[in-house]
Amino acid sequence: MSLKRKDLLSLAPLSVDEIKLILETADSFKEVTGREIKKVPALRGRTVVNLFFEPSTRTRTSFELAAKRLSADVINFSPSSSSVVKGETLLDTARNIEAMQADIIVLRHPSAGAAEALARGVKSAVINAGDGWHEHPTQGLLDLYTIRERGLSFEGLKVAIVGDVAHSRVARSNIYALVKLGAEVRVVGPPTMIPAGVEKLGVRVYYHLDEALRDVQVIMMLRLQLERQGKALFPTIREYARLYGLTSERVKLADPKVIVMHPGPINRGVEIAPEVADSLSSVILDQVANGVAVRMGILYLMSGAN
Amino acid sequence: MAMTQNDRPQERLIMDAGDIARAVTRIAHEILERNKGMQNLALIGIRTGGVHLAHRLVQRIQEIESASVPIGELDVTLYRDDLSMRKEQPILRMTSVPFDISDKVIVLVDDVLFTGRTIRAAMDGLIDLGRPAEIQLAVLVDRGHRQLPIKATYIGKNIPTSREEDIQVLLEEQGEDDRVVILKA
Amino acid sequence: MAIHIAGGHVIDPGRFNGVADVLINEGRIVAVGPNLKVPAGATKIDAKGRLVLPGFVDLHVHFREPGFEYKESIQSGAAAAVAGGFTSVCCMPNTNPANDNQAITEFMLERGKAAGLANVFPIGAITKGLEGKELAEIGDLRRAGCVAISDDGKPVMNSLVMRRAMEYALAFDVAVVDHCEDLHLAEGGCMNEGVVSTELGLPGMPSAAEDVMVSRNIALAELTGARLHLAHISTEGSARMVREAKSRGLRVTAEACPHHFTITEETVRGYNTYAKMNPPLRTEKDVQAIKEGLRDGTIDAIATDHAPHATQEKQLGFAEAPFGIVGLETALPLTLALVEEGILSLESAVDKLSTAPAKVFGLAKGTLAIGADADVTIVDQHEQWEVDPAKFFSKSRNTPFAGWKVKGRVRTTIVSGRVVFEASRAEG
Repeated sequence: MSLKRKDLLSLAPLSVDEIKLILETADSFKEVTGREIKKVPALRGRTVVNLFFEPSTRTRTSFELAAKRLSADVINFSPSSSSVVKGETLLDTARNIEAMQADIIVLRHPSAGAAEALARGVKSAVINAGDGWHEHPTQGLLDLYTIRERGLSFEGLKVAIVGDVAHSRVARSNIYALVKLGAEVRVVGPPTMIPAGVEKLGVRVYYHLDEALRDVQVIMMLRLQLERQGKALFPTIREYARLYGLTSERVKLADPKVIVMHPGPINRGVEIAPEVADSLSSVILDQVANGVAVRMGILYLMSGAN
Repeated sequence: MAMTQNDRPQERLIMDAGDIARAVTRIAHEILERNKGMQNLALIGIRTGGVHLAHRLVQRIQEIESASVPIGELDVTLYRDDLSMRKEQPILRMTSVPFDISDKVIVLVDDVLFTGRTIRAAMDGLIDLGRPAEIQLAVLVDRGHRQLPIKATYIGKNIPTSREEDIQVLLEEQGEDDRVVILKA
Repeated sequence: MAIHIAGGHVIDPGRFNGVADVLINEGRIVAVGPNLKVPAGATKIDAKGRLVLPGFVDLHVHFREPGFEYKESIQSGAAAAVAGGFTSVCCMPNTNPANDNQAITEFMLERGKAAGLANVFPIGAITKGLEGKELAEIGDLRRAGCVAISDDGKPVMNSLVMRRAMEYALAFDVAVVDHCEDLHLAEGGCMNEGVVSTELGLPGMPSAAEDVMVSRNIALAELTGARLHLAHISTEGSARMVREAKSRGLRVTAEACPHHFTITEETVRGYNTYAKMNPPLRTEKDVQAIKEGLRDGTIDAIATDHAPHATQEKQLGFAEAPFGIVGLETALPLTLALVEEGILSLESAVDKLSTAPAKVFGLAKGTLAIGADADVTIVDQHEQWEVDPAKFFSKSRNTPFAGWKVKGRVRTTIVSGRVVFEASRAEG
């Protein structure tokens, strides 16, 4: 078993074995990140380019750290999103970067499908670090890793994904992977934030948080894009927080050993109450730490010679 | 077809179960002798072949001295010198060294010593974990053809081979009868 | 110059269907029938085994001139038209500047004449600058030669403005054409809303965005008595409402595009920008409804919505790439596929491409009647070929049908008695 893909663009087409390989590979890097010297020479001489058309300090830093701990050279490249509008195609930008002999391009882009388009056009391996509302596969994988690290098995696992599912790439990646691994996935949010036909992806739709949380072992909160207020998706932040905010009272409806996840950054007091974010059930900081190990694993697996 | 018999690689037995057991016992004695007891001693097996042998050596040492020796397992993949040439990266096995190696005498254990490249990688990997007082090397088989200036401290058996031959150490822990064989394609 | 088209299978929908000769002289049809007396010196075209049809009429093309000649010019568009068997094309006004005044209309007519290929009929704007606010000078546009009015691509959202446009158009007996899309409902969307858009994470346009406007437009047509033509309907709901409106005797007509009865939203997978058009590709259920609408006469005409875009524009991300595909050079085989499938008879297929659309806009086209303009398309119904966009006459190559193996090809196109396209020469 090895990863026979040039690129990691989405979790939808990955097999269960491929997902497991990535998680097991991440185990080795979790060990490396626990050492005093958190660096291995595996990617010496390789160049990783972080190509971010959308600001995201967290994801970019996580990839940067992962690449550096593998001894790769890292270049951060953040073209203004206006250059996209000006008509320079993504491909032109990427070919320029490829000319710098990038082995791996990590792409964050506001448009769904950008990573696929890039992967078709360049020889470098492409890792999707989030494309529009489509997917954020490395976030999905680090979420899976965090769940597995807590000793939970995916088969029959009850997971509630809460919030703006329609506009969430994190939700999509998790839905694809969790359903594939045999979990029972519930999505919950106001009907304006539940995308058309999502139940065909194998999830159950809930509009009431209390009902959706019953007996779940994992609560996955999504970040609320506050700027969507007033765009008719929800009337006020106040009402959203009351209906879909995770409070410690609501956590009690779930399995006693429930874990609470959030991809960050958190809107404290909106989608998640501060005492929940800081509680023992919260694995939010584990997610961040595991992000580096999982991304090291992915970079390692994608670093085969082209 | 007449080919069928040649399709399966032919095995030539080099060491049987008894030979292996005697070699392990002898190496255990040599380790104790050389290190004057077991102060600061620890064994680290190189994945995958060296790990089982390291456990057998630790067991023999404990039988002889009736005290325990720390043991670890080292995956050298991330330190290999051919990663940038491979199309698909090899699967990683966990490194597990649950003790501080600094100032310890570390005996690296592997099944076959060949080009020396694995041992080079293992020493690099080891040094990333700390600064051992000394690194020694125990192997069950030394088959020659070194490509690096590396020499084993303890050797079960020297087996002269040609480069094309494949030597395999098969052990009970992997579901095989204990034996060392040369395979010819 | 006389032309004698000999021995072909002549189909003049509603008037003639059988093997016959067609005689053309001085730009007109002079005779159709067996054993015609051919004047000396007439050019003979052997049409044995081929279909001889009234030239096709496309109610909906975008020729991009003036303003976007890098995508298409009237010259290149007209060349694509005749290569696809279309002898008349109606050009949408979303040029730059928009065709909202007599000068642009005259310019387009002039360019069409200079190209000397297909008949070019401009469609005038409903409102100034296609902005949906003030009415354009519809009377002037009509007099200058516009055959219909439309703000295509920018639907008239204000219902009062649309009502006034329909009322005003009554005075000139001109069809009001609307691209039916509620811009609020479809805001930001770039494909059909449904499980595929959900999977791909692309903003969707619900079919309701089309249905709402079809419904409004029918209500306004009923209120005003106007001639309403619905451009490129693509949903089950649209087809149902048009059927119902026709059953009540309203003056409502509709067109459908080959892509909307041939492929579904599934084609978008892989973020294929050649599958991005507006209205978007819909579901299988909608495709079936459009076919049924064509079969039972709810949908009058097949139009291409030929919308050329440069390759680099279609290479943008899916959300950023422009809507639209070229269609003139693939419409015939995709329509003939409906004949093969048993949805349309051969004669009704010809009707949808030729006779019926001419009637929708009141053009004296789409017939082989004696005295009619000699616009004739000769087709090999059985010829198989592979769609190769590199060979298109259009300047643009944006088609989702590249590499398709299709059946039915235009061999010869005649406009006003002049041979303007010959496949044998194009192949040579």
